[in-house]
Amino acid sequence: MTKEMTGAEMVIQALADQGVQHLFGYPGGAVLPIYDALFHQEKVRHVLVRHEQGAVHMAEGYARSTGKVGCVLVTSGPGATNAVTGLTDALMDSIPVVCITGQVPTHLIGNDAFQEADTVGITRPCTKHNYLVKRIEDLPRVLHEAFHIAASGRPGPVVVDIPKDVQFAKGTYSKPKEFAHTGYKPRMKGDLEKIKHAISLMAHAKKPLFYTGGGVINSGKAASDLLRELVKLSGFPITSTLMGLGAYAAADPQWLGMLGMHGTLEANMAMHDCDVMVCIGARFDDRITGRLDAFSPNSKKIHIDIDPSSINKNVKVDVPIVGDCAHVLEDMVRLWRTQAHQPDKTAQKVWWAQIDKWRARKSLAYRPSNEVIKPQYAIQRLYELTKDRDVYITTEVGQHQMWAAQFYGFQEPNRWMTSGGLGTMGYGLPASVGVQLAHPKSLVIDIAGEASVQMTMQELSTAVQYRLPIKVFILNNKYMGMVRQWQELLHGGRYSESYSEALPDFVKLAEAMHAVGIRCEKPGDLDHAIKEMINVDRPVLFDCVVDPAENCFPMIPSGRAHNEMLLGDAAEKLEDAITEEGKMLV
Amino acid sequence: MNAPTTSHYPSAPTEQRAETHTLSVLVDNEPGVLARVIGLFSGRGYNIESLTVSETEHAKHQSLITIVTTGTPMVIEQIKNQLDRLVPIHRVVDMTSVGNSIERELAMVKVRGKGEQRVEALRLADAFRARVIDATTESFVFEITGASGKIEQFVALMLPLGLVEVARTGIAAIRRGPEGL
Repeated sequence: MTKEMTGAEMVIQALADQGVQHLFGYPGGAVLPIYDALFHQEKVRHVLVRHEQGAVHMAEGYARSTGKVGCVLVTSGPGATNAVTGLTDALMDSIPVVCITGQVPTHLIGNDAFQEADTVGITRPCTKHNYLVKRIEDLPRVLHEAFHIAASGRPGPVVVDIPKDVQFAKGTYSKPKEFAHTGYKPRMKGDLEKIKHAISLMAHAKKPLFYTGGGVINSGKAASDLLRELVKLSGFPITSTLMGLGAYAAADPQWLGMLGMHGTLEANMAMHDCDVMVCIGARFDDRITGRLDAFSPNSKKIHIDIDPSSINKNVKVDVPIVGDCAHVLEDMVRLWRTQAHQPDKTAQKVWWAQIDKWRARKSLAYRPSNEVIKPQYAIQRLYELTKDRDVYITTEVGQHQMWAAQFYGFQEPNRWMTSGGLGTMGYGLPASVGVQLAHPKSLVIDIAGEASVQMTMQELSTAVQYRLPIKVFILNNKYMGMVRQWQELLHGGRYSESYSEALPDFVKLAEAMHAVGIRCEKPGDLDHAIKEMINVDRPVLFDCVVDPAENCFPMIPSGRAHNEMLLGDAAEKLEDAITEEGKMLV
Repeated sequence: MNAPTTSHYPSAPTEQRAETHTLSVLVDNEPGVLARVIGLFSGRGYNIESLTVSETEHAKHQSLITIVTTGTPMVIEQIKNQLDRLVPIHRVVDMTSVGNSIERELAMVKVRGKGEQRVEALRLADAFRARVIDATTESFVFEITGASGKIEQFVALMLPLGLVEVARTGIAAIRRGPEGL
């Protein structure tokens, strides 16, 4: 079906045809024709943000919690440059986002026109792909292509830069067609011979381990289901990266907790000691591997990833399998069921006994207090009081993020939205707005820090405007906690600029923004205050005043390997505790 | 064991042996495609020793980029995979690991001199099968094609004979035999 319309109308029509229901944006001179086209229709609902960075984070939250593409509309120049942080965040965490930017008219491009920026130049390294559409004839194809590229393969952000004259120009619109591009064909099915090899390695393993990541979540619900099936069939332990939380149920006994810099002792020790590592949809990031030359020295490594450039980037693997997690897992489950070789049950028993010893160290333990709220306790209570609900969690970046990952048990995929790769402070609040919009009936909580939340605070107004009852649960320790922790451990306790000076009164601030403010300072009041927060059907800023000196443990110190973890002083001491040398590090 | 550091990033890996590879990259001939390739190299800290770009078949709107790069085997593999990931890139062929490929470049070499030096320059040019494409009473411009080593050798010989400047095209590469890219 083809139809004559303006470029601006094509944008809206293409969004509608791509199934976009919500568009996060901010108007400006170079996108006024598109805003005019928005005004005349009811297919796509626009959400007015307060800053373009917030728009992209909202789209990310929306995308991550639904599996759909998040969509953003911003103006030229500052609109586009403000979106850059969000786009980079989406690229690092493989979140599908389409961002439409206005541009000055084609004849002014390169002229330093008002609100002109080289958007495709600036966003080239922070998008999966980007376009400058100079001809109306190209617009419908490019718009549809943008959605295809954002969502397929390893997902990511795509920018479509549309000059104002192209928005006004008339042309023929065409519906989405089958995408045919010889240069872009993500591989879905894995090489069967390699999968067979992987299965045979797994079947002969004595100390096997699954290490999964955000790729399993991106691959869809089926991937998580198949992963659960394979983990159950094999009886192997499983750990996951920050981005992969929820793909496997945290309540299951085979779950070891998160791995990496602030992962559990059992997860990291298992990574170090395993003989077969099955990495699914994770990328051996430096927060995961620690010291590379001491990373899991004795294991055969199987790596499943849809992006060939993730394979052998940091760590050389033995069995690389390029393909979509769900497709490969399907083959693996089938082959595991039909294979002749029986896994070594005795060896696995020994392996699990070793893991249980590590577990007994209780690496997440902390010293409870009746006087001050321990941040870990706050997350534990939040989890206990919300776990039976339909709940989605977002976070900012820092200590609170790690505590959320450690103490909030995620049982389902797509329930956990956090900025992993880029580590963007200010991600959580706008992301929660996007999540709440996609799931109006659910409980959406942004676990925040008092420093991070001030970076995108203004989006609370967006939540109020659209009656989105997000809960911003601030662990307020009056410090940029992770910065303070590093300064304490590595820079002689010189807390250079990490104190949160001149903090706002969050309760009054909430009230001034027409939201609800709650403050809690005593552990004894916490349950009641959390219940109050849950029961308010409006946006809430919850100022949870916590112990300012608490550090996030366990931790792999810099330049160290997985088996050289630093534990908090509340963890169980055993003969193979951290060496004196290790302690000297702090 | 590593010394304690104050960085929360792992320390740099120990240097490995670097290899030189020639990559043929078939791309859509569209605006910005070269910027994507160059941006990838500079953004990820890869080396470019030589870069040649030109449209190959006008009707197909395709260009061939020939890149000579150096890196450890792991980095070379990364470069190929990262290039392959770019949407307008159709194919990346590592001419060095495929083997059996021909690499040529063209150079124009300007030499200024009189008397015996001038005669010597002309004699050497003849030995290298370089052609004279411009001449004045006190200068020559030679055109020479060949493998990079040959050109470098020729330029080195011209240096004491009054070398003024060199313009080189960079490397173009093609596979021997009947097979295409």
